[in-house]
Amino acid sequence: MHKRVIFGSKTLPALLVLPQLIITAVFFFWPAGQALILSVMREDAFGFTRTFVGLDNFRQLLSDPAYFNSLKVTAEFSLSVAVVGLTLPLLMAVMADRVIRGQGFYRTMLIWPYAVAPAVAGVLWGFLFNPAIGILTPVLRSLGIDWNFVVNGQQAMALAVGAACWNQFAYNFVFFLAGLQSVPRSLIEAAAIDGAGPARRFWTIIFPLLSPTAFFLLVVNICYAFFDTFGLIDTLTQGGPAQATNILVYKVWSDSFRALDLGSSATESVILMAIVGVLTVVQFRYVERRVHY
Amino acid sequence: MVENRPWLTVASHAVLIVGVVVIILPLYVAFIGATQTQDAMLHVPIPLTPGNQLWVNLRTLLFTGAGGGADAPPVWLMLFNSLVMALGIALGKIAISIIAAYAVVYFSFPFRMTCFWAIFVTLMLPVEVRILPTYKVVADLGLLNSYGGLILPLIASATATFLFRQFFLTVPDELTEAARIDGAGPVRFFLHILLPLSRTPIAALLVIQFIYGWNQYLWPLIITTKQNYYTVVMAVSRIAVVGDSIAQWNLVMALALLATVPPVLVVVFLQRQFVKGLVETEK
Repeated sequence: MHKRVIFGSKTLPALLVLPQLIITAVFFFWPAGQALILSVMREDAFGFTRTFVGLDNFRQLLSDPAYFNSLKVTAEFSLSVAVVGLTLPLLMAVMADRVIRGQGFYRTMLIWPYAVAPAVAGVLWGFLFNPAIGILTPVLRSLGIDWNFVVNGQQAMALAVGAACWNQFAYNFVFFLAGLQSVPRSLIEAAAIDGAGPARRFWTIIFPLLSPTAFFLLVVNICYAFFDTFGLIDTLTQGGPAQATNILVYKVWSDSFRALDLGSSATESVILMAIVGVLTVVQFRYVERRVHY
Repeated sequence: MVENRPWLTVASHAVLIVGVVVIILPLYVAFIGATQTQDAMLHVPIPLTPGNQLWVNLRTLLFTGAGGGADAPPVWLMLFNSLVMALGIALGKIAISIIAAYAVVYFSFPFRMTCFWAIFVTLMLPVEVRILPTYKVVADLGLLNSYGGLILPLIASATATFLFRQFFLTVPDELTEAARIDGAGPVRFFLHILLPLSRTPIAALLVIQFIYGWNQYLWPLIITTKQNYYTVVMAVSRIAVVGDSIAQWNLVMALALLATVPPVLVVVFLQRQFVKGLVETEK
């Protein structure tokens, strides 16, 4: 990771890394440290004294049914987003890679949702499926679904997953398309000469070559569902109905800024940090041995 | 195309067109909504073809204020705030990370690897995760309700540093040698050789970080209590989620368009930089 040719100065590089180090220390390490400390302390009601309570906060949190529900909801939400959110872009990317005419047009039309803020995506989807005036509500009702995501938890979850997949579609599509375009043409031509049809070529050549991309996207999508969907949940369901979409990031926020439950919010922060840590390690271990087999 | 299979090509186009329609639908409905009167949006079924109120709605929002309420600031101010925040985050991130990456790659100094890892682990801590303690720090520094408070906590990120580091490692050593033989010091080498060479990654990062900054929601929601500092994405949620009262859907959709069009234009017109930025920052 080092250059053969380097400069000798010692003070200049220190000055160069200083701005980023200061920002990192002030806005990352200090708050993260605070959260860690608060997570093993208990404050009295007035905030005058703090006592060390060890892992009590964690024990209390994990035995709290509301937190357990939030964990379950988060797992369900992020897995659904990851699975649905990967299949459809893959299909579209395979099709877009096949066609010659209009490829640029399709690509432009399929990537713009990346620019839509999750909070705005929540508003748009909430409007499409609004129980009173949404234009898709009559369609669902005519199919015999009693659609009202404002009171039905399962429907609220389905809608949040749909909106998140729509929002994340462009990202996955771009990566799959880039992956498909880097598959060597000669391999595909050789298989075609040997008599393999398009479906067979896809499953035996293209799909295995795409699997590193797919795995990478799986981790990214889980991260997206875990941490970037706050705005979407806030504008679509506010974690409801009856906590059916109260994912962990939403709960951290509502415990901190609505319930003002500082100890429990710090503990939740620490658990979330641990989850991000694990996901990042998984991702980087994979990046290190990005092999094409 | 390996072989000619006309029916498969037709099927591909059909699937793609269905996909495009599904992807466009939410934006189309928002556009239709933005062109209606408030009255038209209250009667089921709501119109599916454009009305003639688009300019009226946009003018109301831009100059009178979101939702028409007396206390609501005009939307042009929020658009300006979003622009300041997005550009501040994008440029700030690029500025601090390109010099940090330069130091880590081109110099040998004590604690070089410690610095690198200290920056690198921040990849693991999105602001949503440590929201309350970060809020406290910003409050203690007196940065609530300021552009500094909106921008600074979000410019610390390892992705850009990492990307520049990867890029610098691919720059041939011969260039550095030649520059040194010609008598260029580290500052001159950076300004006259490395910076011009980095145009492509800088443009790619600019696009990605601009969108990242523009679309921030939770952070501005928490640290702004004065309406002069509201961003447009926050405003969409404020007038859309009104609890039991009835939302003015025509204005909500017009505001959603105002919040969405600038970043969408960036993605569409800077498509090459966007795709490059996306694929490279995540490696």
